[in-house]
Amino acid sequence: MAKVIVYPPTSMILSDLVERMGHKALVVPEAVRKLATANDIQSPPLNVTPEEPKKGLHYAAVDVPSGVRGRMALIGPLIEEAEAAIVVEDPGWLTGCAGCNRTNELVRLLIRTKGVPLLDLSYPTDDAEARVFVQKIKTFLEGLK
Amino acid sequence: MRITKYVITSSESDILPSDIAMKIYGSKYDVNVKETCFGVMVDGEEDVVNALVAEIRSLDPSGIFIKDRGFPPGDPRRCRGRRGGGARPGFYMIESESKMLPMISRALAAEGEVPAVPEKKKPLTPNKLEDIIKEGLI
Repeated sequence: MAKVIVYPPTSMILSDLVERMGHKALVVPEAVRKLATANDIQSPPLNVTPEEPKKGLHYAAVDVPSGVRGRMALIGPLIEEAEAAIVVEDPGWLTGCAGCNRTNELVRLLIRTKGVPLLDLSYPTDDAEARVFVQKIKTFLEGLK
Repeated sequence: MRITKYVITSSESDILPSDIAMKIYGSKYDVNVKETCFGVMVDGEEDVVNALVAEIRSLDPSGIFIKDRGFPPGDPRRCRGRRGGGARPGFYMIESESKMLPMISRALAAEGEVPAVPEKKKPLTPNKLEDIIKEGLI
């Protein structure tokens, strides 16, 4: 079972397909859960403590907007943990944790420079493309240990 | 550790969110369930929830999709009832991807060889456009 980071990191379709194939999808909701449902909430409401910006500083400089560093505090550790990656480019409707374009550029760059097996795709627009999309993901995941 | 998962149905699936909720109510599992317009949220201990969602998926393997959720159901930090209305931030992503689910479901259910997809036409490059304009003027 490999740990596969998916981009967009909140994608339902990608995380579901990864889990179907018996691998572990690294997704943002898991990182959010660790903070939001911790037994000792030190910094209500979302438990973002002074440690989170420090984690973000590993990936982005101090003069980078705080939203980028905040997001990287969640997504950065996932990238470090990843053993493979599936990147779906430019869906055109990223929101929430995945709604910052500067963060998304940095996430894609870090995934590519990490050197793990990578699958680049686009979201399908018709049935034929959807079959190719699913088939490529299946083949890629079957090739992972 | 307690976890929360979304169980989301494709709009073409024969399984409705209410069918899933009724199955969970009638099951032996000790979990919290919240029914939504697109599926259900299941909250409970990790191994229990994982076993339950695997059973639910078997109702329609290609039409039911599972997604992790960070906050438990009804959490006042995300629940729209406590925030003055409006969808929670993560809903827009689910809404957008839900439109693709019927296609993905059909692709998962399909058997046999995958048909070749013709390459999409790329937009005209500026150099090519310049050449065409020059050819027309001369």
